[in-house]
Amino acid sequence: MLVNSFNVCTFAPNLKQGIFKPIRMRISTFKNIILSALFLTVFNIGFASETKDGGDDEKFDPKEMILHHVKDAYGMHIATLNQGEENELHITIPLPVIVYTDKGLTTFSSSAFHHDYHGHEIVERNGQRFVNVHEKVYVLDKGANEVAFDAEGHPTNAHRPKFDLSITRNVFMMWVSIAVLFLIFLTAARRYKKSDDNVPSGVASFVEPLVVFVRDEIAKPMIGEHKYKRYMPYLLTIFFFIWINNIFGLIPILNGANLSGNIAFTFTLAAITFIITTFSGNKNYWKHIFWMPGVPVPMKIFLMPIEIIGMFVKPISLMIRLFANITAGHVIILALMSLIFVFKTVAIAPVSVAFSLFITVIEVIVTAIQAYIFTILSALYFGMATEEEHH
Amino acid sequence: MDLITPEFGLVFWTLITFLVLLFILRKFAWKPILGAVSDREEGIKDALASAEKARKEMENLQADNERILQEARAEREAMLKDAREIREQTIAKAETEAQEKASKIIEKAQAAIESEKKVAMAELKSHVAGLSVDIAEKVVRDELSNKDKQLKLVEDMLGEATLN
Repeated sequence: MLVNSFNVCTFAPNLKQGIFKPIRMRISTFKNIILSALFLTVFNIGFASETKDGGDDEKFDPKEMILHHVKDAYGMHIATLNQGEENELHITIPLPVIVYTDKGLTTFSSSAFHHDYHGHEIVERNGQRFVNVHEKVYVLDKGANEVAFDAEGHPTNAHRPKFDLSITRNVFMMWVSIAVLFLIFLTAARRYKKSDDNVPSGVASFVEPLVVFVRDEIAKPMIGEHKYKRYMPYLLTIFFFIWINNIFGLIPILNGANLSGNIAFTFTLAAITFIITTFSGNKNYWKHIFWMPGVPVPMKIFLMPIEIIGMFVKPISLMIRLFANITAGHVIILALMSLIFVFKTVAIAPVSVAFSLFITVIEVIVTAIQAYIFTILSALYFGMATEEEHH
Repeated sequence: MDLITPEFGLVFWTLITFLVLLFILRKFAWKPILGAVSDREEGIKDALASAEKARKEMENLQADNERILQEARAEREAMLKDAREIREQTIAKAETEAQEKASKIIEKAQAAIESEKKVAMAELKSHVAGLSVDIAEKVVRDELSNKDKQLKLVEDMLGEATLN
């Protein structure tokens, strides 16, 4: 694949090297403003990719760049200084790569790849050779000294390790997010313990309306007055866990940690919701699935497979909804920014910046909405599973 | 396709992280927070209920006061009425008693007058009788010189006396 991406730091050298030369003189003040805005916005959505040589003859591929940013990565790349020069400096938080292969567990730092993800850098550990191909670790087959690619860019002479348990940037950000959640909620809980009259103060007065919202607007109406208490810890936890990770996806310096836009994350949460729903299903719930009451027998037989499919479709819809919404938001912003580089003119920048700012504002709302939807639908499924028979 | 294939590693770490998060938050955050919130709500509910109760008690108390006042007023009326009646009765009784006593006194006085009158009459009679005897003696002494005259005089005198 003859593709290279760029990042904010390639932008300045590119400029010097003449992409914008014809208009540079005329609009130098305007340019400065636009570029600062552009820089901030681009940085905002977290361009983390990098290029080895930073030449200006590379073709820009928006699809490659966007996919690279919405997917997971082994290192937590913050910025690149002096791109394309002798003293190029990558500011990266190296994260551990943990892979389990036929030869057992192998661990090494992601910095061993030296920011390469095209399979050039070969890391020898534990008698095996590892390469990073589009942020996926591959083990080179015996005897291979270089990765060979097929037409679609998949390695032909390397395979994935049995288990890849690396602390990727999504895992890292997930841990940062739970640290923040602990900080917020344990502090809030301590506030209540300290006060004699249970009056919220400090962070508790910020947290309490949200907790009460989950209880009164999500759990109680969906599950019912009598049974909602059992599900409260789960509902509160997913609500805040999803919300904070949605927000982290929008924070500039965190470099596009797209955890809640990752299908593995939404899959896990949806699976937990499915398991809880299935295990809390009462007689009435199973009767509605396998032998729908109140309809004629042929209808009962007809409805059974539909209901069984529905059982699985519900969590799958949860999984896809969150993943697609969050990923789509990132993709739109990145695509808008890509316009500048596709058209190779700074004139499109105001449009890109204005639109991506608009989308970013919408995304801020979406962070809360998606967390709310995931939680309310989970609560709805629990409510359906525990509903008593009507008389 | 890569984008929509869940990575095992991330699923694994998400599951572990989420369970740890759920466990710790449930124990150290949701329990105290929800407990505090529901405690406070209970407190507010109780406070409202007791305020309502106090209000009702107050109302009852006021009604009682009103009733007691009414009763007191009625009692006072009754007492005043009784007093008036007693006064009237006393006056009436005193009047009748006074009248009785007066009439008794009058009766006694009349009786005394009667008896005095009788005594006076008797005295008068005896005086008159003595006077009559004196007169008669003088007359007799005068008349007794003539026998016929004597007789005639006695007869006349007696006849007159009886007539009186």
